[in-house]
Amino acid sequence: MNGEETFADTIARDHRVEPRDWMPDGYRQTLIRQIAQHAHSEIIGMQPEGEWITRAPTLRRKAILLAKVQDEAGHGLYLYSAAETLGADRGDLTRRLIEGRQKYSSIFNYPTLSFADVGVIGWLVDGAAICNQVPLCRSSYGPYARAMIRICKEESFHQRQGYELLMTMMGGTPEQRDMVQDAVNRWWWPSLMMFGPPDGDSPNSARSMAWKIKRHSNDELRQRFVDMTVPQAEALGVTLPDPQLRWNEERSRYDFGEPEWSELKRVISGDGPLNRQRIERRRQADADGAWVREAAAAHAEKQRSRR
Amino acid sequence: MAFDDAYGALTDHDDDARWAYGTGFTDPLAGVPAGFPEGVDRAGLAAYCLMLGDDALIMSHRLQQWVTRAPELEDEMALANIGLDLLGQARLLLARAGEAEGAGRDEDDLAYRRDPHEFRNVRLAERADADFAHLIARLLVLTTWRLALFDRLAGSRDPMLAAIAAKGVKELTYHRDYAARWTVRLGDGTALSHERMTAAVAEVLPPAAELFQPHQIELSLAAAGVAVDPATLRAEFDTVLAEVLTTATIDVAPGFSATAVGSPAATPGSPAATAGSPAAAAGSPETAASGRDGEHTEALGGILAEMQGLARAVPGGAW
Repeated sequence: MNGEETFADTIARDHRVEPRDWMPDGYRQTLIRQIAQHAHSEIIGMQPEGEWITRAPTLRRKAILLAKVQDEAGHGLYLYSAAETLGADRGDLTRRLIEGRQKYSSIFNYPTLSFADVGVIGWLVDGAAICNQVPLCRSSYGPYARAMIRICKEESFHQRQGYELLMTMMGGTPEQRDMVQDAVNRWWWPSLMMFGPPDGDSPNSARSMAWKIKRHSNDELRQRFVDMTVPQAEALGVTLPDPQLRWNEERSRYDFGEPEWSELKRVISGDGPLNRQRIERRRQADADGAWVREAAAAHAEKQRSRR
Repeated sequence: MAFDDAYGALTDHDDDARWAYGTGFTDPLAGVPAGFPEGVDRAGLAAYCLMLGDDALIMSHRLQQWVTRAPELEDEMALANIGLDLLGQARLLLARAGEAEGAGRDEDDLAYRRDPHEFRNVRLAERADADFAHLIARLLVLTTWRLALFDRLAGSRDPMLAAIAAKGVKELTYHRDYAARWTVRLGDGTALSHERMTAAVAEVLPPAAELFQPHQIELSLAAAGVAVDPATLRAEFDTVLAEVLTTATIDVAPGFSATAVGSPAATPGSPAATAGSPAAAAGSPETAASGRDGEHTEALGGILAEMQGLARAVPGGAW
């Protein structure tokens, strides 16, 4: 078999493609783009919750949140490493992010207005991320699939912690219950948009499904998320802000309303509430750290030449 | 992993391996005898635990402020890790302070319900970092000192303090190593990084004199075998700093050496050096007021406003 046939055979048998295997250029480019976007999302995703670390209202919550945000940095690191196995370079990917040439998940362009947002991000945003990511543990590209297994384990831990924070707050004061409901109202629709545009409007999906980079359609994953979340909302005692949300006996699934797709397009195209601030913070950190990275490189070079 | 298990996996509660970086909630002090050793002044012990706990809490806060701002992802991870370790030390020490005090205050009462003048941290912990070199210089000084301290405190007559210190030694060994490696990289890196690292060290060393200035409480608890007299940490501190700074090719200002931290001769005319000189303080600890007496810089008020605002804004809140 030549490289192309071996690749087709690997995909057909549901085996993993490894870094040194032959792969179509489009497969490589699609993966780099997807893994880089995912890595960028982890790194930008540190910001909304990171805002609350110094202000967390108990030392236990502070430790949990700091550990979570650190996990996100770790996820970014594994994912950039997975992209590097395909020939990408971390510094170059970071430049693409900062210059707006590569995207990250739009959800992180929304602000975190109260501490309840920390819990809701854990519950809904990490919950949606898990629905998206668990199938990626079976992605055809080996390094990505393996990174996703570890990431999904940690994400599921974060989701539980978020939900536990909300449960605790719902048992607190009326003001705290209002904070939780308000945060749910603001994050519900953006969370549904995390699955991407409706299937009819998702140009790259078909090819990714054929290559087994992607395993389920956007709409299918969105439905899974709604079905999983509604009973959790009931247990928590909050109302999901969708008047069309109801159990459909015939389908044995929940019916739900259509997200405002024009909002998703607007946020993706750069016009969300905090797009500029998120990128600016990342750009600033990169610029402020340039002299430090140059020093580390210069020192390593001196060490090499001394040997 | 089957897709249908996406939610199922979340209800499996027995898997501690989900934590990537070891912040599990198992009790690190399991098996340490409760209670207090014979003849130990509990009010003094409470005050001492507050001192060491506040050092960690406030330095952790400064590290938390670096989150999303580190020069590289590996440092993002490392700084958060150090911040988490120090936060963990603070929680154990504040909890011990509350027990020793016996007035029913827990770690959160002590962290969130005290005003700046009630904090007992050294002032170096609250200092803002002008850049990464300043953070590294402060981290090098504080962790070198704290490691030397905890190493000795692991032999405390208070079994709880001894256990907390023994756990902390492992953490601080890594913290000091991280700071030392960056001091060397920056000192012996580019011309610019050398200049910045040298400036940072020169700024951080004079106020470090406070670290070796014994407070009356430290002296009396040290005499009882419970605490460590910080003046005894100087020799180890000086040796480590001299080695790191030499390797980093950092030559602090003429007439100033790491072995003469804070002595008035070392930094002529510096008020901090004069007021905070261990030599001046050794005979009469009460003469030079410090963070240990609740005297702080303006920076602490800013830190506490940020840290305590939400906790104080929702009375009776459950978090």
